[in-house]
Amino acid sequence: MKKTIAALALALGGVALAQSPLLITGAGATFPFPLYSKWFSDYNKKLPDLRFNYQSIGSGGGIKQITEKTVDFGATDALMTEEEMAKAPGIVHIPTVLGAVVVTYNGAMQDLKLTPETVSGIFLGAITKWNDPKLARDNPGVKLPDTAITVAHRSDGSGTTSIFTDYLAKVSPEWKSKVGAGKSVKWPVGLGAKGNEGVTGLVKGTPGAVGYVELAYANQNKLPMAQLKNRDGNFVKPSITATSEAAAGVAMPDDFRVSITDAAGKTSYPIAAFTYLLVYKDQADKAKGEALVRFLWWAIHEGQASAAPLDYAPLPKAVVAKVEKKLEGMTVQGKPIPLASSR
Amino acid sequence: MGGAVLLVVGVIVLELVQVSRPAMAAGAMRFLLQQDWDPVAGSFGALPFIYGTVVTSAVAVAVAVPVSVGLALFLSEMGPPPLRPIVSFAIETLAAIPSVVYGLWGLFVMVPLLRNTVEPFLQRTLGFLPLFQGPTIGLGFLAGGLILSVMILPTVSSVTNEVLKTVPPALREGALALGATRWEAIRIAVLPYARPGIFGAAVLGLGRALGETMAVTMVIGNSPEIHASLFAAGYSLPAVIANEFAEATDSVHAGALAGLALVLFGLSLILNSLARVLVQLVARGPARGAAS
Repeated sequence: MKKTIAALALALGGVALAQSPLLITGAGATFPFPLYSKWFSDYNKKLPDLRFNYQSIGSGGGIKQITEKTVDFGATDALMTEEEMAKAPGIVHIPTVLGAVVVTYNGAMQDLKLTPETVSGIFLGAITKWNDPKLARDNPGVKLPDTAITVAHRSDGSGTTSIFTDYLAKVSPEWKSKVGAGKSVKWPVGLGAKGNEGVTGLVKGTPGAVGYVELAYANQNKLPMAQLKNRDGNFVKPSITATSEAAAGVAMPDDFRVSITDAAGKTSYPIAAFTYLLVYKDQADKAKGEALVRFLWWAIHEGQASAAPLDYAPLPKAVVAKVEKKLEGMTVQGKPIPLASSR
Repeated sequence: MGGAVLLVVGVIVLELVQVSRPAMAAGAMRFLLQQDWDPVAGSFGALPFIYGTVVTSAVAVAVAVPVSVGLALFLSEMGPPPLRPIVSFAIETLAAIPSVVYGLWGLFVMVPLLRNTVEPFLQRTLGFLPLFQGPTIGLGFLAGGLILSVMILPTVSSVTNEVLKTVPPALREGALALGATRWEAIRIAVLPYARPGIFGAAVLGLGRALGETMAVTMVIGNSPEIHASLFAAGYSLPAVIANEFAEATDSVHAGALAGLALVLFGLSLILNSLARVLVQLVARGPARGAAS
């Protein structure tokens, strides 16, 4: 069945190829979708013969599809696991931009400050009231009400949950042993809602509620955001700059598969992560492969200018230099790709 | 044609069994009866979801059936004839509303109402029952059940209406001739005759309630736990499949979700067959209905 569909898709693709401009297909993460759409449309204006078709079906779906090679590139917020990597030999993570996850809440508290201890305490269900002494200690001068805390979390599997739980597992040994990190986890307390909009709706509608959403979403909807105490002991307001700072403070491995939550650095925001495109190091199709690698080159250079206006954090310079090296090492049918034209 | 439909059903079941195999390593019974749902640890049990589905559907039927019988009596027996088409049109409109709209209405209108008014009231008056204890969050089994009751109302009331139309006029006229009032005629002649059919309508509504996904997931709280209280948050079978499938990358997690789909399929199959038998019983003839 699968083979028939694949053959049919190939045949159709072949027909399309003969008649219309080169079409590169991709699938994956929903989080960077608004930015990728802009990139594809901008790049298409630059090179009208090249078109992109991107399906934002979720990181998990993106990994599945690129593993089965039904798309030319995948996209993910969460790193591929060792098991997944083994099924897709030759796959490379290319970081494109950064995102952050913020803690949002319902209440009149201005500039709420949270520490790793209090965030994990709230989400573990150990801190149940807003006027808990631990919260009061970090928030002198803030009037904390005597209301119960209702935790809101994502019910759908999501990269946002993965980043947030990765942070909690790093800062709290209890979280690590009891819950762990992943796209769907077993929440000790709280209510689940679908998507950033669902969690926001729940937080807005429930007095005393607290939840986590993407920074971009929180910015666009002007949600109250808690300041978090980072590894260096400073309270940091979530922002695009503080997110990029977090990426600069981490030793980058050669395969870019790194978690940058709880990063070092005076002004680093602690719940941040890269979002990636997934491509094979050696591209099978000459025309598509070359076009794809040239697009990636464009994305980490000119493309970065579109990031901040859409509330994504651009890659730090040091990371861009490293990605350049990685792209230069990519091949088409074993031969290197000349990137000079796009420099 | 019929064979083709059977074939499609068979292929679906086979595929689900195939995909769910990795999650059944410890046995299907263990999967059905385990309470833990922990994707990180790879431990999956269906019980909280079965419980949530059954409880919300039961609440839905318990609320919708009496209301539907009342509506059907209004439409077929009691209502002033000029009003009947208007009410019937309103009920049909309920059936045409997309479930996500029900979900939004539930989240923004019904849940705050439950949290601030209905649940505290139930707690004050019926709080001694385990059903109405604990914090009143608004989201939970009760919210899921109530939204479902509105959604199954058109199905149950239109089937009940059809069933009431099959009651032979002679029965009603006989009761009236013996000096019964209109209400008494309904109670002693019409309703006993229609009882199996009304039960069939309820089961059809139940089948609809079991499979509803979107509206329920928006108001049930999505937390895989078993609580006696209707105020507590729960989870339902279709909701967890819709929520987690897109990102279920490892085969055990995806398999567990396919297993839940099989459970849901089994539940619906049993209930639909039951409904068929009951509706046929009432259509077959007056002897049985009158005798009961």
